[in-house]
Amino acid sequence: MTSLRFRRVGRDALLVEVADARAAQVTYRLVRRLVAAGTLDLAPPGDLVPAARTVLLDHVADVRGWQRALSARASEIDHASREAGFDASEPTELRVITVRYDGPDLDLVAGQWGCSPQELVRRHTAARYRVAFCGFAPGFAYCTSEPRTPDVPRRDAPRTSVPAGSVGLADEFCGVYPRAMPGGWQLIGTTDAVLFDADRAAPALLTPGDRVRFEEAR
Amino acid sequence: MTRTGGLRVVQSAPQLLVEDLGRPGWAHLGVPSSGALDPVALRLANRLVGNAERSAGLEVLVGDCAFVAEQSLRLAATGAQLPLTVDGSPRPWGEAVSVRGGQRVEVGTSSSGLRAWLAVSGGVDTPEVFGSRSTDTLTGLGPAPLKAGDVVPIGTAAAGPPVDAAAVPDRSAPGPSRLRIRLGPRADEFTYEAVAAFVTQEYAVSSSSDRVGLRLQATRGVALSRRFDRAFPSEGVVTGAVQVPSGGQPIVFLADHPVTGGYPVIGVVDPEELRRCAQLRPGDLVSFVEAQDSGA
Repeated sequence: MTSLRFRRVGRDALLVEVADARAAQVTYRLVRRLVAAGTLDLAPPGDLVPAARTVLLDHVADVRGWQRALSARASEIDHASREAGFDASEPTELRVITVRYDGPDLDLVAGQWGCSPQELVRRHTAARYRVAFCGFAPGFAYCTSEPRTPDVPRRDAPRTSVPAGSVGLADEFCGVYPRAMPGGWQLIGTTDAVLFDADRAAPALLTPGDRVRFEEAR
Repeated sequence: MTRTGGLRVVQSAPQLLVEDLGRPGWAHLGVPSSGALDPVALRLANRLVGNAERSAGLEVLVGDCAFVAEQSLRLAATGAQLPLTVDGSPRPWGEAVSVRGGQRVEVGTSSSGLRAWLAVSGGVDTPEVFGSRSTDTLTGLGPAPLKAGDVVPIGTAAAGPPVDAAAVPDRSAPGPSRLRIRLGPRADEFTYEAVAAFVTQEYAVSSSSDRVGLRLQATRGVALSRRFDRAFPSEGVVTGAVQVPSGGQPIVFLADHPVTGGYPVIGVVDPEELRRCAQLRPGDLVSFVEAQDSGA
């Protein structure tokens, strides 16, 4: 019995379905490690896309080969996904994002969490975040936290334009808008950090697997 | 930096973009693949003028555009068979055409097909972003859409010998549209009736279709219903994925599609069929047929 489920996606891709965002991160990092080690006799996927409950292996020459390789490591994925806390041995970047907690939805979200805005800031800056996946726009990182903060519903009516640098919450995720665009996340603050710059050597500030801490601007 | 030469846009098409083979490999950062909607046609155009197949060219929507060459060059048009003239004289589609500096190149319109690709010897030489010169209409990566007055820079890479047009296969425009698909990965999110309807009913191409997706409307109005009314967590989607939003009318994701989607994908169009989607006009009819070898 395994918690992995495989779904064929067209001719050239494989979707690996797992229990939660944490298991998806574990699976994503495992595939990256297998590719880097080069010990599998399998061409690497052209694209590897982690998401909330899945990892997509796209542009794969040998879909069945990858399915067998991951099936054989299902218990490893299950085990790593159950471990408490983040794997400290994983060489990941720690990104610190400085936030002014001045978002228009700060009081509303604090109400949903059943605490004061000051307590929300304390909990948000104390939680350890990790980038689960990117999407929505280049450099938009969906971060999950430990301890997990309460889920936050999206706005019923998305804003037509959310300013760049807005720090928002939606469902189990925290994210920062890399540029001005429409959006339905609840906004709790603002940062001056540049999340995405295509001309930079590392265009995306936050990439899947990175650890993230939010600190309050002084 | 000042530069001489290039191809000056005198009159732009409804959409005139720089496209190459795109920027695959960055989806994990939220960066779409983008690239020419018909990579086969762009490769062919590049071969005709002696370029490397991956060189950037121009993607022309509908046509009705004009250029003045500010240097001597060769160009070739592929994709939709739009009339091509140089200083008013007709030139063949799908062959290398010589143009001298100062000559005017016009691309007309046609009653069939929607997009053409123009390759110029030396290749379009705009700056690369993530290893590609393509304009991504979803995220704005790559050069802005071209407008009248813009000068398209052309590279100085020595072009190889042009390919003889007679050696080039498949000069025909893509035919009627029964698109081969494989069901899944989320066909089980839909009712049995919806999956059956998906592969039997006919759809009309909506006028809101673009490089992000081919938007379809069932001609007899059968929406594709879900078995469960529940939120669907975002997941990675491939080019060719047929996503079904809450309205029940499918979208076939094309080159500029977002890397993740929040609605289930009922089926995936086979990669070699996707180029046909580039030529479908609003109102054209489309149906899906299950691939025979769809065993996983």
